Amino acid sequence: MTLVLNIFVDGIAYGMILFMISVGLSVTMGLMQVVNLAHGGFALLGGTFAHWLAQENGVPFWPATVLAVVATVVISLPLERIIFRRIYGFGDLQQVLATIGLTFLMIASINLWQGSSLLSIPLPETLKQSVDLGFRTLPVHRLVVIAVGFASILGLWVLMDRTLFGIRLRAAVDNRGTASSLGIDTDWIFMAAFGLGAGLAALGGILGAEILPIDAYYPVRYMVLFLIVVAVGGMGSIFGSFIAALGIGLLETATRYIVPDFATIVFFIFVIILLALRPQGLLGRVGA
Amino acid sequence: MQGLEVRGLTKRFGGLTVADDIDFNLKPGDRKALIGPNGAGKSTFSNLVTGILAPTAGTIRFDGSDIGPMNEAQRVRLGIAKTFQITTLFQEMTVRENLRLPILERQGRGYQLFRRADATAETEAEIKDLLDQFDLGALADRTVSDLAYGQQRLVELALTLALKPRVLILDEPAAGVPTSESHLIVDAIEELPKDLGVLIIEHDMDIVFRLAKQIIVLVQGRILIEGSPDQIATNAEVRELYLGAGHD
Amino acid sequence: MKAFTKSWGPALALLIFAIGLSFLMPFNLAFLTRILIMVILVLSLDLVLGYAGLATLGQAAMYGAGAYSAGLFAIHVWADPVAGLLVGAIAGAVLAFVSGLVLMRTHGLTLIMLTIAVAAICHEIANKARDLTGGADGLRGIRMDPVLGLFAFDFVGKTGFWYALAAVSIVFVFLALLTRAPFGLSLRGIHESPDRMAAIGVSVYWRRVTAYTVGGAIAGIAGALAAQVTQIVSLESFSFTLSAEALIMLILGGTGRLYGPVLGTFIFMFVHHWAAANDPFNWLFVIGAMVLAVVFFLPKGIISAPKVLTRLGKGGRHAGS
Repeated sequence: MTLVLNIFVDGIAYGMILFMISVGLSVTMGLMQVVNLAHGGFALLGGTFAHWLAQENGVPFWPATVLAVVATVVISLPLERIIFRRIYGFGDLQQVLATIGLTFLMIASINLWQGSSLLSIPLPETLKQSVDLGFRTLPVHRLVVIAVGFASILGLWVLMDRTLFGIRLRAAVDNRGTASSLGIDTDWIFMAAFGLGAGLAALGGILGAEILPIDAYYPVRYMVLFLIVVAVGGMGSIFGSFIAALGIGLLETATRYIVPDFATIVFFIFVIILLALRPQGLLGRVGA
Repeated sequence: MQGLEVRGLTKRFGGLTVADDIDFNLKPGDRKALIGPNGAGKSTFSNLVTGILAPTAGTIRFDGSDIGPMNEAQRVRLGIAKTFQITTLFQEMTVRENLRLPILERQGRGYQLFRRADATAETEAEIKDLLDQFDLGALADRTVSDLAYGQQRLVELALTLALKPRVLILDEPAAGVPTSESHLIVDAIEELPKDLGVLIIEHDMDIVFRLAKQIIVLVQGRILIEGSPDQIATNAEVRELYLGAGHD
Repeated sequence: MKAFTKSWGPALALLIFAIGLSFLMPFNLAFLTRILIMVILVLSLDLVLGYAGLATLGQAAMYGAGAYSAGLFAIHVWADPVAGLLVGAIAGAVLAFVSGLVLMRTHGLTLIMLTIAVAAICHEIANKARDLTGGADGLRGIRMDPVLGLFAFDFVGKTGFWYALAAVSIVFVFLALLTRAPFGLSLRGIHESPDRMAAIGVSVYWRRVTAYTVGGAIAGIAGALAAQVTQIVSLESFSFTLSAEALIMLILGGTGRLYGPVLGTFIFMFVHHWAAANDPFNWLFVIGAMVLAVVFFLPKGIISAPKVLTRLGKGGRHAGS
C-alpha cells in the first residue's frame, strides 16, 4: 500500500512537470502543425536563467523563477517571428531538421555561457522542508510542483474556455483557414500561444530541476519524453496532454519502483504498444 | 455470375446510415452511372466496393465468389479498379513512370531488386500503347506536376487502365477540368475496351447522359430508381430532386 | 559505353575522389574510414527516408545492432571480417523487420517518435546487459583476422580504409541497382502517393516493412564495419545524436539520390572535424548554423546549390535590367 502511495505522489509530481513542459509543444503542434524538437530548449533557457539569477546573483528563488520565465518568453517571441514562422510551411522532415539545428544552437549558447556542468537552482528553505504524509515524509517542493501543475491546467482551462483569446485559439486549431476568414488574426494568436507555451516550459524546467536536472544537453536528453507526452495525449489537446503527462509520470515512476533495472525498457515498450494501438494518441482526432 | 454483384450493402457511421441496403450489378460491357445529390453516399459506395471501407452488412461478389474479406490491394489484383476524385498521381515522376508502376505491379514484379525497371521490352511496348491510346505520347517524359489538370486526368485514366481491370469505377472523372477540355476525357472514356464494366460517378449530367446506358439515382444512401437515361430524364421524382426548389 | 558513363560516371568520380583523399591525408586514414562508414549509414537512411519517405530518427538502432552483433561475433565465434559484416547486416535487418512490423503502422510524428524510442530501448538494453556488452565502458577486445585471410589490419589504418572503401562501393552499387529496379520505383511511388499505390494493388505496409528491413541491413553493415575497424563498440552507437547527425548529412546532401548523401556526409564530417579541432566545445554552433542555413536556403540539399545559384544570378540580372 505504501508502495502504491509512493508511486502515486512521486508520479503525479513528475507528471505535472511533464505537463507544464509539454503542453506548449502540444498546442503549437496542433495549431501550427510544426514538429518542434527545440521545445525542450525553452525549459533549458528557463532553468539556466533561474540558475544564473539564484545561484550566481543571489536573487531569491521565487523572484528568480518569475524573472527567468519572463526572460524565456521575451526570447521566444522574436524566435517565433523570425524563425518558426518560416518553419511552419516546411515539410515534416525540414521542420525536424530546422528545429534540431535550433536545439544545437541553444545547447551551444548555454554551453558557451554556463559551461556543460550541472546547473543547480538552489531551493529556499521553505521548499526543502519535509511534511509528514503519514506513510512517508515528502519535501514541500513536490507538493508545490503538484499545486502549480494543477494551477496551470486550471488557468489554461479558464483561458481556453472563458476568454476571447481561448475561443480564437480553439477556432484556429480546428481550422486555420476558417479562423482567418472570420477575421481572427492567426499570426498574433500563434505568437501568443507560442510565448505561453515557452513560458510554461520554462516554469516546468525550473520547478522540475530536482527531477530532470538542468544542463546544456537537457533538450536532447528529454526530447523523447516530451514528444511522447504530446503523441500519447494527442496533438493539440491540452487536456490530452494533462492526462498523458500524469499517466506517463505514473507509469515511469511505477516502473522505477517495481522493476528498477528495466524501468526504461518496460516504459518504452508500454508506450510503443499504446501508440501502435492508438496512433492518433489518447484524445487525438483520427486523421489529425 | 460474371462481374460485380452487390446485395444488401449497408454502412452505418454511428447513427448515420450512409449506404442503405443497396443491390447493384456490373457486368462486363456495362456502362452505368451513379448520380445523386451531395452527401447521397456515392463515394461511400465506391469505397465499399473497392474495399477502402468495410460494410456494416451485405455481400459483395466478384465472378461469383465472395470478396468481402479482401482488402483494397487484393481486389485491385482481381480486377476491380477505381480512379480518384482528386488526382493522387505520382506528381514528381514522368508520365511514363506513372504508367510503368502499375504495369510492374500487375506483373508481380514489385519486389524485383536488380533488373532495371525500364528494361523489359514487353512492358515498354505496353506503356507506348497506353500513351498512344490516350494521345499522351508527346507528354511521356514530362513530370506530371507540369501537366495541365485535364492532361493529368487522362494520365489518371491511362494509369488505371494499365491495371487491366475488368470492372472500373470512375469517381468524377472530369472533376476540376475546364469545360473546354472535358470532351477529351469523355472521348477517352468512350474509347475504353468494350468488355470492361464501367461505373461512372458524376455530377455533370451532360457527361452522364452521353456515356451511361443505365443510370442509378442514389438519395440518402438508398437507391431511388435505376433505369435507362430516358426513364431517368422523365422520372418525376428525379426531376423534383434535380430541378426542384429554386430552379427555373 | 556512353550509357555506362552516364550511369556510373559520378560514382567513379566519387571513388577516385576518396582514393585521392587517402593519398592527400595519409595520416588521417582513420578519419577517412570513419567518413566512409558514415556514408554507408547515411545511404541506408536515404533508402528508407529519401526514397520510401519513412520519416525516422532512429537509424542508429540498426547501426548499433550491427555493431554489437559483429563485435560479439568476432569475440566469441569467428573473427573473420566479411562474415562479421554479414552478421551485422542480419542483425540490422532482423531488428528493422521486427520493429518495423509495429512502426510501419504509424506515420508522421508518431513514427518519428517511435523510431527514437526503439533506439532508446536498444541503448538501455546494451547499457543493462553489462556482462555481455561491457555496458557504459563499451565492448572491448575485438581482434579481427585479416580481411579475406590476406590483409591484416594495421596501425596506420590502411587496410581499414581500403576495406571500408570496398564495402561502401558494394553498398553503393547495390543501392544504385535497387533504386532503378521495380522495387526502387515502387518505393518512390509509396513516398509520393501511398493511396495511389494501394489503388494499384500494392500492400503499402509490407512494401514499407521491406524497405525498412533492407535499410536496416545496410545500417547494420555500417555498424559492423565500425566495430571491426575501431575494435570497440560504445553505447554511442545507439545514440539519438548519431541518428540526428545521419539525418543532417542526408538532408545536407539532398535526399532521393545516391550522390547527395555521399557529398553531404563528406561535407558534414569535414566541417565537424575542422570545427571540433578548432574549438571542441563550440562546434555545435557551426553544425546548428549549417543545418539552419541548408534548411532555409538549400531545401533540396547541397546538390541543388548550382541550380539555386544560377537562379539567384538570373534573378539578380533581372533586377538590374
